[in-house]
Amino acid sequence: MDVLLVPRLLGELVVYLALVIPDLLPIVLGLATPLALGALCGVLNERSGVVNIGIEGIMLMAAFTGYLAGFATHAEIGAAAALALGVIVAVVTGALLGLLHAWLCVTVRADQVIAGTILNVGAFGMTAYFNRLIITPSGEGGAGVIPSVVLGLGPIAFATLALVGLVHFLLYRSRWGLRTRAVGEHPKAADTVGINVFRVRYQSVIAGCALAGLGGAYLTLESTGSFQNGMTGGRGFIALAAVVFGRWTPLGAWGGALLFGAFTALGVIVRVRPAAGEVGALLAAIPSFWYAALPYLVTIVILAGVVGRAVPPAADGIPYDKEARA
Amino acid sequence: MTALRTRLAAWWRVATLPILAIVLALAIAAVIIVMSSVFTGAGFFPLLPLVAYGSLLAGAFGGGVAITNTLVAAAPLMLGGLAIGLGFKAGLFNIGVAGQFLAGAFAAAVVGARLAEAPVVLAVTASMFAGALAGAVLGAIPGFLKARTGAHEVVTTIMLNNAAALLLAWAVTDLVRAPGFTFPRTGDIGNAALPVLLGRNLHLGVPLAFIGVFVLRWLLDRTTLGFEIRTVGANPNAARYAGVSPLVIVTLTMALSGLLGGLAGAIQMLGVIGFYASGISAFVGFDSIAVALLGRTDPIGILFAALLFGAFRAGAPLMQIETDVPIEIIDIIQALIILFLAADLIVRRVFRVRSRPTDTPGATTVTRAWGKESVA
Repeated sequence: MDVLLVPRLLGELVVYLALVIPDLLPIVLGLATPLALGALCGVLNERSGVVNIGIEGIMLMAAFTGYLAGFATHAEIGAAAALALGVIVAVVTGALLGLLHAWLCVTVRADQVIAGTILNVGAFGMTAYFNRLIITPSGEGGAGVIPSVVLGLGPIAFATLALVGLVHFLLYRSRWGLRTRAVGEHPKAADTVGINVFRVRYQSVIAGCALAGLGGAYLTLESTGSFQNGMTGGRGFIALAAVVFGRWTPLGAWGGALLFGAFTALGVIVRVRPAAGEVGALLAAIPSFWYAALPYLVTIVILAGVVGRAVPPAADGIPYDKEARA
Repeated sequence: MTALRTRLAAWWRVATLPILAIVLALAIAAVIIVMSSVFTGAGFFPLLPLVAYGSLLAGAFGGGVAITNTLVAAAPLMLGGLAIGLGFKAGLFNIGVAGQFLAGAFAAAVVGARLAEAPVVLAVTASMFAGALAGAVLGAIPGFLKARTGAHEVVTTIMLNNAAALLLAWAVTDLVRAPGFTFPRTGDIGNAALPVLLGRNLHLGVPLAFIGVFVLRWLLDRTTLGFEIRTVGANPNAARYAGVSPLVIVTLTMALSGLLGGLAGAIQMLGVIGFYASGISAFVGFDSIAVALLGRTDPIGILFAALLFGAFRAGAPLMQIETDVPIEIIDIIQALIILFLAADLIVRRVFRVRSRPTDTPGATTVTRAWGKESVA
């Protein structure tokens, strides 16, 4: 038994990763984009005290409506205008679904996990229904993809970087952010000093879901240029894990998104740029199914332990009842 | 006589809102069908919903074959609905039934193929047991993690769904692929197939699912474990002070829930599908959520809800063939039903049903434990 095998393999792995980082980085940023936007949605929702497990459904629905808008109009108004319209439609779709979620969670005081489930089931059904009726029989493609700016990354990917910073700044440096956090921690106290709890929650949920809608637009209009049923593939839920990983802060959640993106990218890069030596043989021997399952398993491990005791906003998931005794 | 009357009245009180929610969901879905009829072959057609619902009904109940199809489709939904309903009783939302279903189906298929030549009783029992065990293990993991570390089961079970589908696809490609087929699949199950009791396809799993309903009802209402599960669901702190370990109960509840999900996969595998290949449909896992919510987490309610969705699943293919209305309308109807149950004020306003504070039995707030620290 070679005692030095494990350290040597680790060394080779580090060297390999250092070599491929220039190739890896754009892939990671691209894969992290929808996760980061979904995670921003989760942060904004939960910071105001609303749990949203419907991010998956919102992204899927927005991905579809954005694609559909481009699909329907690109022949008349040209690809560029159709793509721009598609992005707008996707963001508006996200905002409208956010309105529904806010209404269910804030006004109706329905169970928030059930409200999110409605978004997920409904979005899957609606998109598959209209996909089968409209897009599949036509046999035509959509408006194509938004061209990349640099490094193979398009405008939505770069806008995401700015949005992460912006949301972080707003949440911690603006009056609106202070109010949002106050409402998420202690709505009764916020109400007492004259903050409209309902309005703040509506604003945060709708704004967050609009960002998730942008994440959906990224999937169909910037990344793949096509729509498949259920194409979000659990990204909305990985985004939720990124929120916990980032301890409910936008920058932290972005870090989580990058981490999950990196684990997904690993499976891509070992095929594109195979490593040399023993570690190369080892990496190539791992079945591609394992690489595909890796981000999901990492999510579980991180949620379960590495993060430690992450403390959510105190009023997270609790509907506000003005009349209730605190 | 009066006893029966009070009993019926009590049932009606519980069933009013779900039934009205179904009616309203079908009405809204009808509007969607009319509006989307411009995209079907026949063009805009205001009566399309009636025609579509007609063939849905014919496909589900029109004749003996249709009725057995409905029962066969309802059986895994019953077990899946019980799986999710059981979780709700302990304040847990097991969205992992889809993965537990796949794991159960896979384990049953592998053991079934291995015992294809064995005596029927042994082959069937061992395969069912394997499926139940696989589901239970997959359910116990997120349960333990939830209880120990506070990792929310909604996220961990969804992640396990995705990971399980991929790892099982790998297993069937690289580990247990049967020789002699053009695509990766497990071998024929031979004697492990569930015996057909009636007609063309009404297999043993159907009565088993019905029995499961009453076993779970007994477990929840008549046993100490059931009481402890409900106590943990109602108030984990109170449960701890009463000497119940939430760690044990949460893990056990998720394991039992996963066991039911695995059984659903096993009866579907041994009674309907016959072999495991990657990409077998796990829609049972997601339909089960609607079944559990529509049944208000009560085993008897879940029985009826599963029959309804079984009818939808059995009738939908005929509807799609005859009327061009996509099968996915069933998912839309499901979402609408859950919507109207969660926001029952819509139903109350439309049908002018008065609000009664008592008629939310088994109302669950599964959000309560979101992101909270572990219970152990």
